[in-house]
Amino acid sequence: MAKQIKGVLGTKLGMTQVFSDDGKIVPVTVVQAGPCVVTAVRSPQPDGYRAVQFGYGDIDPHRVNKPEAGHFRKAGVTPRRYLVELRTDDAESYTVGQEVAADVFAAGDLVDVTGRSKGKGTAGVMKRHGFKGLSASHGTERKHRSPGSIGGCATPGRVFKGLRMAGRMGNMRSTTPRLTVHAVDPERNLLLIRGAVPGPKGSLVIVRTAAKQLAPKEAR
Amino acid sequence: MHTAIADLERAQIRSDIPEFRPGDTLKVHVRVVEGTRSRIQVFQGVVIRRQGGGVRETFTVRKISYGVGVERTFPVHSPSIDKIEVVTRGRVRRAKLYYLRSLRGKAARIRERREPVG
Repeated sequence: MAKQIKGVLGTKLGMTQVFSDDGKIVPVTVVQAGPCVVTAVRSPQPDGYRAVQFGYGDIDPHRVNKPEAGHFRKAGVTPRRYLVELRTDDAESYTVGQEVAADVFAAGDLVDVTGRSKGKGTAGVMKRHGFKGLSASHGTERKHRSPGSIGGCATPGRVFKGLRMAGRMGNMRSTTPRLTVHAVDPERNLLLIRGAVPGPKGSLVIVRTAAKQLAPKEAR
Repeated sequence: MHTAIADLERAQIRSDIPEFRPGDTLKVHVRVVEGTRSRIQVFQGVVIRRQGGGVRETFTVRKISYGVGVERTFPVHSPSIDKIEVVTRGRVRRAKLYYLRSLRGKAARIRERREPVG
């Protein structure tokens, strides 16, 4: 099945609210989407898969290492900060050097937005995994946010692998699926996406056509 | 705040909203959409608070309807507000008039504000 995925790289600028046509308040994330440049096109011969590679973001040319500088020179574009490949079956319709910006999307499109979530540092099980903790009363002392039992005793005599415990949380790649594009501003390359997207302000986000075209996930 | 977001918010701010404060009595003309047709409904009462800033600012109007207190909160810059009329200006000494909720009748009156001369 041919899947034609549209996508664009952008910067999360922050959230605000806008009024919709029927006067309702819509919470939106403003994304500076593009302009990105196509730096490579992957095709079955010789790469073995179909994809289009985008470059996005300013970078001091002195900070680009030699292999990457060569890659950008081959594409005939100035170096960019980020390189991301987008798997799509219509990759051959892109040409190297072509610019891609916010206008690939229209208002009402369903998109998946990928970013790197905010780092939370070492977090306990209540925050990290949504455990309920222990009772507030009934004799619980200094253990209100602890996980409780982590397993048996002599059988199995060990803690199972993958048991959810406290640890590093956030700063992970995260995708929020099925968000609605509320509006597109092609002049300023802004996308207004209903709801929240992962990551801090100023971070890279990848906006692409939703993998599952189901009913939109409304902002909760 | 990023300038693009500030621009976006500034573009939505309405300039046709009159100046009003807590304690003032307003007539808020609200656009009500019923199916396909829309009409204007008037909600008259006392402003008991203004809250938030910029495009997010809201105000709450309280009125007594058939003996029951009714409060409605509107975004100041909402496009569903047709217009706002200031009926009377009230003299009050706080920003949030929550004390009106426990008063009724004569006790819930608000003295009219005299505009400073000159």
